[in-house]
Amino acid sequence: MTDTKVLHEYVEKLKAENSDWVTDFKDARGEVTVIVPRESIVDVCRFLKTKHVFDMLAGLNGADRGPEEDPRFEVLYHLFSTKHFNRLRLKVLLSDDDPHVLTVTTVWKTANWHERETFDMFGVIFDEHPDLRRILLPSDFDGHALRKDYPLRGFEPYSLT
Amino acid sequence: MGLENTLFESLPDVITVKLDAVVNWARKSSLWPATFGLACCAIEMMNTVSARNDLSRFGAETFRASPRQADVMIVSGRVSRKMAPALRRIYDQMPEPKWVISMGACATSGGVFDNYAIVQGVDKIVPVDVYVPGCPPRPEMLIHAIMMLQEKVMNESVRDRRDTYETESRQSIVPGTLPVTMGTESETAAKKITNRPYTIASRHEKRKSS
Repeated sequence: MTDTKVLHEYVEKLKAENSDWVTDFKDARGEVTVIVPRESIVDVCRFLKTKHVFDMLAGLNGADRGPEEDPRFEVLYHLFSTKHFNRLRLKVLLSDDDPHVLTVTTVWKTANWHERETFDMFGVIFDEHPDLRRILLPSDFDGHALRKDYPLRGFEPYSLT
Repeated sequence: MGLENTLFESLPDVITVKLDAVVNWARKSSLWPATFGLACCAIEMMNTVSARNDLSRFGAETFRASPRQADVMIVSGRVSRKMAPALRRIYDQMPEPKWVISMGACATSGGVFDNYAIVQGVDKIVPVDVYVPGCPPRPEMLIHAIMMLQEKVMNESVRDRRDTYETESRQSIVPGTLPVTMGTESETAAKKITNRPYTIASRHEKRKSS
């Protein structure tokens, strides 16, 4: 089990910088997850990158809690510091009727394809993304495949017998 | 005292034979497969040509990366929806005569991948001559399929194997297999997000088998 004391310091620093930035945080199995309001995700990312050398976006993905949940969608940002070897996870919660969040391509260039994939699979719209297109599924695909209410065999015409 | 001597003694200089028989014999003796390895079946397909199984005993060892030089397309593996238009295009680019072997459960019926991403049988996109069951099939099974195909080739007529005209072959692309033009921007995508009912029963879901 990794010692998360260092990671808790980052949470404190975030809180000290702006008290609105941290809605909640979790410590489970040596990993710290910070829940960030979606308005400030870009600011939080830029702060962590410039001030605390979280220079690598190791992963960005979505999660669907199910159509009956509110907030329904999660967008997860896995940050990694190549200097301190720390990992931190940021989480943004989005509701079903307004799945919009600002893009972090302005902070890390690599977020481009990650966000396209999240859009492709979950239908989360990344506002101000330079090129938000489908990346894995065919461009005429109907629906978003990893949503919980997406039927396994798909909609027409993709469900040809 | 070789075979030639015996032949020349027993046979006349000129023999008559059906044109179909000669042409088909030539065709079946040198089937050039187009490589279409898509998944683990491709490993077995490679093994089929390797020293142990030696597909060249049956004249079908010359795998070609160009469809223009190939006679038989061995679809080995699962065909994804996104690969489907490419597969159809490769098939259309192959000159007549051409045949298709659907190798393995996935290419034949979708196999265990009964989902939105995989074409449920390659025969929805291209006409298939021989199906090979198995997951994956052993090299012997593929060799058997090729021998079955050779048998089929022998029973064909040259008249049935003509190149389709270009316009016709262009139109032969099955609707829904080619992707529409790119450019679904976030704007149009946002419109598409509507709360759909939990499941929509499609024709596919009414299928009895599952």
